[in-house]
Amino acid sequence: MALALQQLINGLTLGAVYGLIAIGYTMVYGIIGMINFAHGDIYMVGAFIAVTGFTLLAAFGVGSVPFALLVVLAVAVLFTSVYGWAVERLAYRPLRGSTRLAPLISAIGMSIFLQNMVQLTQGARVKPVPPMITGGVDLLTIDGFTARLSYSQVLIVLVTVVLLAAFTWLITRTSFGRQQRACEQDRTMTALLGIDVDRTISLTFMLGAALAAVAGVLVTVYYGVVDFYIGFIAGIKAFTAAVLGGIGSLPGAMLGGLLIGLIEAFWSNYLSAEYKDVATFSILILVLMFRPSGLLGRPEVEKV
Amino acid sequence: MSPLVSVGDAPTLAERGRDAAGMALVALLLGIPMIGLSTVDQGGALRVLTRWPLLGVFVAVAFCGRLLLRYALDLLKSRRQKRDRGRSAGAAATQAAWHGGRVIDAVGWLAFAVALVLPFVFADNRYFIDVATTVLIYVMLGWGLNVVVGLAGLLDLGHAAFYAVGAYAYALLATQLGWSFWAALPVAGLVAAVFGLALGWPCLRLRGDYLAIVTLGFGEIIRVVLVNWTELSGGPNGISSIPRPSFFGLPFAPPGDAPTFAASFGLEFSPMHRLIFLYYVILALSLLTNALVARLRRLPVGRAWEAMREDEIACRALGMNVTNVKLSAFALGAMLGGVAGVFFAARQGFISPESFTFNESAIILSIVVLGGMGSQLGVVLASLVLVLIPEIGRDFSEYRMLLFGAAMILIMIWRPGGILAHREPTLRFRGLRTEDR
Repeated sequence: MALALQQLINGLTLGAVYGLIAIGYTMVYGIIGMINFAHGDIYMVGAFIAVTGFTLLAAFGVGSVPFALLVVLAVAVLFTSVYGWAVERLAYRPLRGSTRLAPLISAIGMSIFLQNMVQLTQGARVKPVPPMITGGVDLLTIDGFTARLSYSQVLIVLVTVVLLAAFTWLITRTSFGRQQRACEQDRTMTALLGIDVDRTISLTFMLGAALAAVAGVLVTVYYGVVDFYIGFIAGIKAFTAAVLGGIGSLPGAMLGGLLIGLIEAFWSNYLSAEYKDVATFSILILVLMFRPSGLLGRPEVEKV
Repeated sequence: MSPLVSVGDAPTLAERGRDAAGMALVALLLGIPMIGLSTVDQGGALRVLTRWPLLGVFVAVAFCGRLLLRYALDLLKSRRQKRDRGRSAGAAATQAAWHGGRVIDAVGWLAFAVALVLPFVFADNRYFIDVATTVLIYVMLGWGLNVVVGLAGLLDLGHAAFYAVGAYAYALLATQLGWSFWAALPVAGLVAAVFGLALGWPCLRLRGDYLAIVTLGFGEIIRVVLVNWTELSGGPNGISSIPRPSFFGLPFAPPGDAPTFAASFGLEFSPMHRLIFLYYVILALSLLTNALVARLRRLPVGRAWEAMREDEIACRALGMNVTNVKLSAFALGAMLGGVAGVFFAARQGFISPESFTFNESAIILSIVVLGGMGSQLGVVLASLVLVLIPEIGRDFSEYRMLLFGAAMILIMIWRPGGILAHREPTLRFRGLRTEDR
């Protein structure tokens, strides 16, 4: 019981992070219909900015953890969204309107480029960050095992919930949100109505990158280690989450993220940690066999 | 496109400056966290390292580069507009396409001739033969994937899985059961084809990017199983001392008791013999693949693949069995990948899951797309480019993958349809040639 509760907590924490990254995939897919393979690496860039930021602040002698966190979050979001913008501008915009596979290959190239750039400029070694948020609450003790909710887990879930609320508001209530949704439905028509489609797409990429940056900062705080390869694994998992939930759907991305987090946590604890990725992908394949457009995705209606 | 646009279109110097300054600002923002700042591990704790001069250089390069690039692009554009105004663009394009087809044929035969005589010219250059063999492995992988992606239009991001299945099938057959290369080749190909069917079956209802993620997941599943199922696959350590292929029973070995290749043909023993033999084996295998695919394209099943790529609903409406069409494409693509895997295992003598990561799948897919989907010669060109970039980059090896990624983006932007985007139509009305249309 206590063990299951612990896995539930771990799974939800992991799932929140996957969900944050998955939103970036799903939004980009919704608006321009491409898999942004470099998105996982944008998240990795965010994590590296967090490492540098925390180290810098520590060097300047900033001791207050909430202040450091806020500053690093802001800085990471700022710089990472510039990365999101640049990636779209350099690698995807010139290819808009060409075949469906062209931006995919360019995205794979961008992913390889970013990974190697970070490896070159920041070093290939794993970067350790000293734990900042320690302690937690003991929830339940049964048979000598204590389920524990650490403060960093509380932070991750809290930040995710706040961001999701803000994000839902942004997409459903603001003028930008309407423009964004309009672009998803019909880009040509939106352009005819006088909306700057290029700007909307750029902003979408920046927003996705910003969320990925937050995920990167949170993971840096939570795990305390970062290397240039984390983007690939997290990216694939988050993309799986987006597809599982139904690509193009924002609540679907979050749901998919949470599901994948839970599957991983429970599977690695009760069955085998080595095969957790097999479990994730098998469940994805099973779900897609019966619901070909994901859990919350709208079934594609094809007109002839 | 209208010539009217070009009037008064040339930006002033100030505009150019502002544009480049904007680029420099972006470069500055991009560069601060990655180039300007870095962290080094010092006795377990991180210390910040600053590299401001390097950042300055980076920003300056971005500024000048943008200025020059814009200038060059504008110049090119105005020149093209001037030229296009003179003649009808449509006629020119058709003309070029027609000649393109013949040039491509000629280049293909030339490449074939070069590939045939290459080992004689470079008979003592071990490195050269090795690289050429690697290129050919990718050519074969690309041609195999071309069936799935280029002809049937099914996006497959897990082709390395079949490559792995073929390689492990041969490795196990050879090391555990003592099968020879030639006996194991078709069997391993069949095993890979079965895996292709296993992947194809759950994918039947999926389209586009859902299919992409499922194939990616399949590739990862195979890799994770290979890493963890230690009793079968040797885990991360892989399988070593896989027997090398012999010359139809005659081993490539120093003279001994048993008849060897060198002794039987009255040659002096040289380790190069085996390398050259391997080169010809993969050349023959890939040519066989090419011939097979070219032949299949003219058969009903090949026609069905291309029809399904163009419009699945229309195919269904015409009463075609889309299930069989999809599964046959997956099975054939997987089989060809598996055969390439057998060759890979036999050539390396050692395999481990490391060789079959997602990166490998991505590279194979890139070869197909960069080459121009469905174009056989395009695959050859793209394999050459993608294998040679890292090889040329060996001298500055840290930068080679960086270069590789950048090259993928640049080639795609330069030619979004692939290096050889032109493709001969499979079917043509009798008596009507492209130029008459």
